[in-house]
Amino acid sequence: MRRVLIIGATSAIAEATARLLAARGDSLFLVARDADRLQTIATDLGVRGAVRVATATLEVTDFDAHAAVINAASLALGGIDTVLIAHGTLSDQIECQGSVDALRREFVINALSTMALLTPLANLLEAQGFGTLAVISSVAGDRGRQSNYVYGSAKAALSVFLGGLRQRLAKSKVNVLTIKPGFVDTPMTAAFKKSALWAQPAQIATGIVNAIDRGRSVVYLPWFWSIIMLIIRSIPEPIFKRLKL
Amino acid sequence: MPTVGSSWGRYPHVTQNIVPLHWRGAELPTPDGTLLAYGNGRSYGDSCLNDAGNLLVTRGLDRLIAFDPGSGILRCEAGVLFSEILDLVIPQGWFLPVLPGTKFITVGGAIANDVHGKNHHRAGTFGEHVRQFELLRSDGSRLLCDRTQNSELFHASIGGLGLTGLIVWAEFSLQRIAGPWLATETLRFENLAEFFALSSASEKDYEYSVAWIDCCAPEAKLGRGLFMRANHAQVSNAKRPPRQRHLRMPFTPPLSLVNRASLRLFNTLYYHRPIAAHGLSHYEPFFFPLDSIAEWNRMYGPRGFLQYQCLVPPQNSAEVVAELLRIIARSGTGSFLAVLKTFGEREAAGLMSFARTGTTLALDFANAGPSTFALLDRLDAVVAAASGSVYPAKDARMSSAHFRQYFPQWEKLQTHIDPKFSSSFWRRVTE
Repeated sequence: MRRVLIIGATSAIAEATARLLAARGDSLFLVARDADRLQTIATDLGVRGAVRVATATLEVTDFDAHAAVINAASLALGGIDTVLIAHGTLSDQIECQGSVDALRREFVINALSTMALLTPLANLLEAQGFGTLAVISSVAGDRGRQSNYVYGSAKAALSVFLGGLRQRLAKSKVNVLTIKPGFVDTPMTAAFKKSALWAQPAQIATGIVNAIDRGRSVVYLPWFWSIIMLIIRSIPEPIFKRLKL
Repeated sequence: MPTVGSSWGRYPHVTQNIVPLHWRGAELPTPDGTLLAYGNGRSYGDSCLNDAGNLLVTRGLDRLIAFDPGSGILRCEAGVLFSEILDLVIPQGWFLPVLPGTKFITVGGAIANDVHGKNHHRAGTFGEHVRQFELLRSDGSRLLCDRTQNSELFHASIGGLGLTGLIVWAEFSLQRIAGPWLATETLRFENLAEFFALSSASEKDYEYSVAWIDCCAPEAKLGRGLFMRANHAQVSNAKRPPRQRHLRMPFTPPLSLVNRASLRLFNTLYYHRPIAAHGLSHYEPFFFPLDSIAEWNRMYGPRGFLQYQCLVPPQNSAEVVAELLRIIARSGTGSFLAVLKTFGEREAAGLMSFARTGTTLALDFANAGPSTFALLDRLDAVVAAASGSVYPAKDARMSSAHFRQYFPQWEKLQTHIDPKFSSSFWRRVTE
């Protein structure tokens, strides 16, 4: 039985992961913006077997509120073993190209707020000498592409941050897991015709739980994205800049 | 996973706007055009389609709300699959009260089609076990429907083909079991008279009964098949079953794999296969023989297939079923698994419920174009003359005249239909 804090708990991937954790009897503390949605999910996880489920609302861009939520989670769970950070927005690339405000907002949500949350959480786990910080980044952070380089560069910053944190915390027996999902079939994409590249949130969730259990450092989910991204990263710039990706 | 917005028979093809639902507290979306709830797309024809309109995709409404392991009462959102419920409740000693031939259906779809199973003679349809549900109407109202509050809407929505509004969540009773095992018996029968004798002899002592029938048998062997009956076994921990669901039709073949030769071969081999008279079976292969091949519907090729499921009243079941089988055998078409089952004498749970006292025959036909439609029209003529009916959940082609004859209560349903809701099926059979 683990004590798990999930930030961004109403996202499809986080919810699917929470179901797997609930079914094995973990205690969960869920954080998201919308109280009604949190309650809907908390009730569901209770029926599925979670030993304890508590919730708190948080606007991740409200940096001053972070500490209180982390304290509340630690109190409610009686300590924290695992943290999953899953919040984020899929940025509108075109809007970000025309608006510095939009650019800044996307970086605050997808990079800075996560780094801010990780700062006290990393110190907490470092002090206790055990635990896992699992954070959802993206394959989009592996190389800048014209179609979503604002989102991608925020995730790239996050991935680099996580790499450094992992190295720092290794000696304290705290694992930092960087999760890089590819295309995921969430309700937002229901109308798209799905190719073989698309995965269900439940598949991603299984991959996340396995990676946490095995103490992995970086996982691409599903695994074949590691090969796709290896190829994309190795295309020379003179060729890459002519591609439509 | 099948493409959202198509039906299981992969016919007809229509164009719709997909509107995913995710939160039960949210307001009903208000896009232009008509609305129809769409669960997991296991309806065969066009009752789950809404050409030129909107589909409210309910799979995102997949949360559990309450479960009392003492009483076996479960409340959940309408997009929860039967498979998910079984995974949750079997370890706690509970089972769904009624199971159709696939576990990949949603709770909302089970209510809207008032599904039946192999225990109709004991348990009736799924609707009989529904205690209450919330109906979200296009005027924004949320109506709690049960047998006393909004009871007319309650009965109209059970078997109401999703037309009375959006079922957001539902509460229903489960049945107690010792474990996931069934004590089964398989018996070979040579003709329909033997089938009916076995069927009535089994009603009292067997919870589940169903027959597979050789739809290719020549006149002399007409109505031969295998009769399967079962009870829940009182053992809770027999050997763990092998993992199911390992096969998948990986792509749609350019032509149907179901043809005269493959049908005749399969049906003959299946009839003559060695059978153990008694056995212990895990519930999955017994209830869901086809679920072990994911996307099996692709084997009928790009033109899809049509399922025909009819109900024949008890008075002259034997002659009518024989006549239907004769017509099918002469056509040289039909399916690997043709199913024959008698329904018990129970009051229908819903206004439009298909399952009523009588005998039901169900089988698939590869869509070979006009000849298939003509064949099904001939079957309809026989069923209509016998005062039978055809299951809307399986249908993509019955005539409006036949529908009105099969379901004279359709005009009463019309008065309960939400003004913004419609389906391709409903327009086809009523306009």
